[in-house]
Amino acid sequence: MSTVAIFLMIAGVFFFTTATIGLLRFPDCYTRMHAAGKGDTLGALLLLLGLALYNLNDGFSLAALLVSLKILSIAVFIFVANPTASHAIAKAAIDAGVRPWTRKGGKP
Amino acid sequence: MPVYAKDEMIRVLVTSLALFPVWLVWSGMFDAFHLTLGVIACAVVAWLSRDLLITRTDFSRLPREMVRFFLYLPWLLYQVVLANVHVASLALHPRLPIDPQLVKFRSGLKTDLSKVVFANSITLTPGTITADIVDGEYTVHALSKKAADDLLTGDMEKRVARIFGED
Amino acid sequence: MEMLFLTIALVLGFLTLLTLYRAIAGPTIVDRIIGTGVIGTKTTVILLLIGFLYRRVDMFVDIAIAYGLLSFIATLAASKFFLHRKTIVPGARRGNVPEEGA
Repeated sequence: MSTVAIFLMIAGVFFFTTATIGLLRFPDCYTRMHAAGKGDTLGALLLLLGLALYNLNDGFSLAALLVSLKILSIAVFIFVANPTASHAIAKAAIDAGVRPWTRKGGKP
Repeated sequence: MPVYAKDEMIRVLVTSLALFPVWLVWSGMFDAFHLTLGVIACAVVAWLSRDLLITRTDFSRLPREMVRFFLYLPWLLYQVVLANVHVASLALHPRLPIDPQLVKFRSGLKTDLSKVVFANSITLTPGTITADIVDGEYTVHALSKKAADDLLTGDMEKRVARIFGED
Repeated sequence: MEMLFLTIALVLGFLTLLTLYRAIAGPTIVDRIIGTGVIGTKTTVILLLIGFLYRRVDMFVDIAIAYGLLSFIATLAASKFFLHRKTIVPGARRGNVPEEGA
């Protein structure tokens, strides 16, 4: 169980890292939203799952189970809220008339 | 009792029932005092948000939809992993091989809930995010032509429609 | 195991610093909102890791829940606020919706 938790956490850190690199490297706000909306969701999901599993590892009790359930509820909330937030930001950007960067258009 | 008030009562009741497990997990106390407090809090919150959270009145199809939604989740999680590998490979690629574009298309989904599930699924799957929905017309930002074409085949829309029995 | 938590927390802190660059220097307000949202998600996880390091997860998990909810609401409020402003980027007009593939 502990090994699975460690594997999940390291995978989560990897996706967090790529999301941040994407956030820094991508050319305009829409493409950055791809990095933020996807990479962060899976990164947080994996890390929280790993923490919830690790919490159940030493000694099963009601208190530990409750804490794990709370961590899982954070994971579910992030899974629903993160795409919704990036949808709201994208709508604000489109309504304000931010033009998307294109291959032939060059500068954003 | 008028029909409208009865519908409202049912909605408040279903919302409270959905909120109560959350109270149980987040409070972590199971004595009589805290359980009573939880019932009161759930009822008040459900009453305040009675026309906000749940707007439908017919709950007979709800169990079937929930079962189908949980059957849909594994496929969605698989797509999320694919999307992250896609974004990771793009972010680490030295030349950034992207060709972003906005795509507009119409979708036949009717209820608000199915539209939300479809929009969030689009955002979580490889190469596409939903930017705007106006009356069933979706504006989607795609990272490449291939991602947009994959979306326009309508495979995911069929899956979402199947959850809510709209196919 | 303590070492692993500490390492992950430090890596996440470093990533938060990198994201902070986007939140400060991002050319448009939209980039700043995205950066702030990403920092919010990372902070939620860091709070939990701190809880595991100090062996007080039962307390820190509540703080993490509250922080996660508030950061989502802050992102929504910021994007709603700028939705009704005239400009986000200098020079762009409201309602100037880009055409397909433009």
